[in-house]
Amino acid sequence: MKEISELILPDDVRYAEDHEWARREDDTIRVGLDDYAQDQLGDIVFVELPQVGDTFKQGDEFATVESVKAVCECYLPVSGKIIAVNTALEESPELVNTGPYGDGWFVVVNPGDLSELDTLMTNTACLEKLKGAA
Amino acid sequence: MKASLGTSGLILNEPFLWEKGKKGRHGFSLPRRDVEPCPLNAELTGQGPDFPDLSEVDIVRHYTRLAQWNFGVDTGMYPLGSCTMKYNPKTNEKQASLPGFSGAHPLVPASLSQGALKVIFELCQYLNEITGMDATALQPAAGAHGELTGMFIIHAFHKKQGTQRSKIIVPDTAHGTNPASAALCGYHPVAVASNEQGILSVEAIAATMDADTAGIMVTNPNTLGLFEENIQKIAAIVHAKGGLVYCDGANLNAVMGVVKMGDIGIDVMQLNLHKTFSTPHGGGGPGSGPVCVKKQLEPFLPIPRVVEKNGPYILAEDYPESIGKVAAFYGAFNVIIKAYSYIRSMGAKNLKKASQLAVLNANYIKEMLKGTLHLPFDRPCMHECVFSDKHQAAQKVTTLDMAKRLMDYGFHPPTIYFPLVVHGAIMVEPTETESKEDIDQFIEAFKTIASEAREDPDKLHQAPKRCKVKRLDEVTAARKPCLAG
Amino acid sequence: MRYLPHTAEDIFSMLRVVGVNKLDDLFSTVPNDCRFKGDLNLPEALSEWELNDHMAALANNMAVSPEYKLFVGAGSYQHFIPASVSYLLGRSEFVTSYTPYQPEMSQGTLQAIYEYQTLAARLLGMEVATASHYDGATSLAEALLMAIRITKRTKVAVSSLIHPLYRRVIQTYFEPTSYEILQLPYLNSGVTDVSGLDRMDDLAAVAIQSPNFFGCIENLQAAGDKVHDQKALLVASFTEALAYGLLKSPGSQGADIVGGEGQSLGIPCSFGGPALGMLASSKQYMRSLPGRLVGKTKDLDGKRGFVLTLATREQHIRREKATSNICTNNSLCALAAAMYMASVGGTGIRELARLNHDKAEYLKRELKKAGFAIPFAGPTFNEFVVEFPSGFEDTYQRLLEKKIVAGLSLAAYYPELSNHYLLCVTETRSKDDMDALVREVKA
Repeated sequence: MKEISELILPDDVRYAEDHEWARREDDTIRVGLDDYAQDQLGDIVFVELPQVGDTFKQGDEFATVESVKAVCECYLPVSGKIIAVNTALEESPELVNTGPYGDGWFVVVNPGDLSELDTLMTNTACLEKLKGAA
Repeated sequence: MKASLGTSGLILNEPFLWEKGKKGRHGFSLPRRDVEPCPLNAELTGQGPDFPDLSEVDIVRHYTRLAQWNFGVDTGMYPLGSCTMKYNPKTNEKQASLPGFSGAHPLVPASLSQGALKVIFELCQYLNEITGMDATALQPAAGAHGELTGMFIIHAFHKKQGTQRSKIIVPDTAHGTNPASAALCGYHPVAVASNEQGILSVEAIAATMDADTAGIMVTNPNTLGLFEENIQKIAAIVHAKGGLVYCDGANLNAVMGVVKMGDIGIDVMQLNLHKTFSTPHGGGGPGSGPVCVKKQLEPFLPIPRVVEKNGPYILAEDYPESIGKVAAFYGAFNVIIKAYSYIRSMGAKNLKKASQLAVLNANYIKEMLKGTLHLPFDRPCMHECVFSDKHQAAQKVTTLDMAKRLMDYGFHPPTIYFPLVVHGAIMVEPTETESKEDIDQFIEAFKTIASEAREDPDKLHQAPKRCKVKRLDEVTAARKPCLAG
Repeated sequence: MRYLPHTAEDIFSMLRVVGVNKLDDLFSTVPNDCRFKGDLNLPEALSEWELNDHMAALANNMAVSPEYKLFVGAGSYQHFIPASVSYLLGRSEFVTSYTPYQPEMSQGTLQAIYEYQTLAARLLGMEVATASHYDGATSLAEALLMAIRITKRTKVAVSSLIHPLYRRVIQTYFEPTSYEILQLPYLNSGVTDVSGLDRMDDLAAVAIQSPNFFGCIENLQAAGDKVHDQKALLVASFTEALAYGLLKSPGSQGADIVGGEGQSLGIPCSFGGPALGMLASSKQYMRSLPGRLVGKTKDLDGKRGFVLTLATREQHIRREKATSNICTNNSLCALAAAMYMASVGGTGIRELARLNHDKAEYLKRELKKAGFAIPFAGPTFNEFVVEFPSGFEDTYQRLLEKKIVAGLSLAAYYPELSNHYLLCVTETRSKDDMDALVREVKA
């Protein structure tokens, strides 16, 4: 597993407490799992995603991620309606490991309230939190 | 240092059944046909399954070779925590295979099944005595099945009271089957943490127990191998709010003849005949999970129950408050015979001795290995003790690495990564059937592995080397499951 | 005692290492008021030789073949088990090993169970079979719960011709839930009446057993079409696995999940247990399956090997969100079934199933000739219902004294069917046995 200094935490996304990330893309928000989470989980074997059209509030469980020996619930960092789902993860769940901020994205959300993004952490804040917990 | 138990030998490769054989071969003696063939309805009949045709020799070689790739209790020490891998007496197998038992049909009139009914009746009596409970049902087919039956009973009890509670308290050290069984019954498990001594505290239970809680599921001794010292007070708190105390009896091997669960506040519990009572694990089952209850819960037991009526035994169904049935027939009878034979062979004194020696063996291992492996709870344990891989962390050697290396030394690894409350847990349960020499050899092997961890950790990362296969790709197996050939 | 190897010296030196004086002191953490102070009141220990005598006496007090001729099935079937199977099943590497959580030293069990999964799937015509469940009844109950999880609906329809004891288990499992069980009645022809399905909505699954409890073969294809129109799942069940050596498999008729009993495949009746719960589904529902699954994979050197897989469904990882609470299964019974299926073979199983069918047909014909009514005219496999004249209980008792068990009375399960008996004929009953039965009931 990576040292904290080795973690990749880009600045174009915001981070939730449970290590989901959210990126503003015009009027929509793309969501995925950050580098710390994928590293902790290890090789991902299965991702269960919601359907297009499902709606969630901020903090609702919207997906599960499985490694061989663990299951992790994922909570949606912003409220909204799912407008796209990364179906590539069905055949290639390992994309979450190899490209957590790119090919390994989970869903795209039509957000209910864009200001919710401000409640999430910046990459610096996320890094500080991880250092503090260590 | 003596030579390692683990060595390499000639074990053969063996293909799949369907990679062998030839169409037209027989492995079965077809019985004589003494009736005319009937025409078949073409709409209903199929092609028959695509099975290979093998000779008897093909089959015997196949399974003989496969058996050689396995390690059982008969091969060597199998110290799996909370599994009680004790020796499986061969006389038990003999009794279970007596034609009068193996050929018995469950639905012939009871008057024709008196032998079997007597075994069931008497085993219930013995288990009542050992547990200090009032009534036993042998119907559940495994420990988890017994837990579920216990949950159904608790649910029925509360329904009769006119209340339906939604929660049940489950300690953080509980086996996964506990919350899973509770959930199958519609209960929401509420986790409660053990204290720094590794046991449940009275305060924690008092803070959690309320009128919407059906009860608590304890394991005693718990999965850290520690006796739940506060059990009586905890039971009192739960009872005071109208709840019931369920005990997971998987660890009963520690306390036979020493503690009677019925005397310390337990209302309902399950036993595992394939753990405490020496029946074999069979590579994953079958087991048997009898459920034992106090008098007030007796009306809810599954039916039919074996009772004595003016001499002979009958299968009685007249229990209107019974939860019904949890299995088609009367339980894993073949397994029941083995447990019965075990209890009749051991007797009261030896059952108590078994528990005492199980606890002695575990404490001996704890003392001998506590310098080598980190011991999170340095206090007297019961029949099992829990270490962690903390001391080996600096060399980046994990519990998994040490477990895999133990195989090369001729031992089955202990339970690993359970209970969850200890990071990198190594749960060792030797049982009473291991001799001091075998235990000393196990201790020696672990010490050697610990020094390998310091001097040559790669040996452990690459382990095992002497088994039929090396470490397996479990990731691809989960990503792209291939479950049939 | 031969299972307790410690000598007095061993105990003494070990106690010294632990730091206590006597065995009793090992229990210092058990509070005094939790200690049982007496001796367990159990019978005195028997020597191995006394145990042999004791158990032999009990086993002799049982009505079994060859002394007794049993014409009973109803969920437990007498079939010949080859000596080779019993012998191989006794290998202690299979018997005394644990669940294969450490796959490197359990490849024997793992390959054997992978082979069982494969043969079971082929027998049932399904894509994936689990490594076993407890019995047919619990398998079926779990299949229904699985269908509920998949469809997210809360009602199931269950045929009244599913084994009555299986239906009682389903009721017990469903009692604490908010799920609803609807019953499908049966027709005079002895098969399930599916006409009412159109009026049922919000069904997760429809469960039908074939051959059903009356021994009649159901049209699973037709039922399945109706079920799928409702967007529900067809759950097929069975109690006599050998039937699929001859009949069209449930999978080939559109079953989505199959939950039934495999005891006929090399497992002795053994007074009802342990049995073999067979559970199978299509691949798309694989992750909703309860119980263990063995998967094929490779090791570090690229060699073929096997592991338990998809474990995140199970209780030890998923805990209260698991697909079931099952931990210990009936692995050794699954192994027996694999050995049996391998022994009988593709050619053999068809001949054996055929023999079962033809023998049962012979008895049916002879009873008809003797003037007894066969109320359900449709095709059966190796079980069928006979209507005996009123007062037959006396004849039944008389036959018991002659060591013939003439079927199972249905009155307890279907009160409308008094004097109806379910008879079973397997390859273990000879023509002479059947002629004797007919002679005796005619008398």
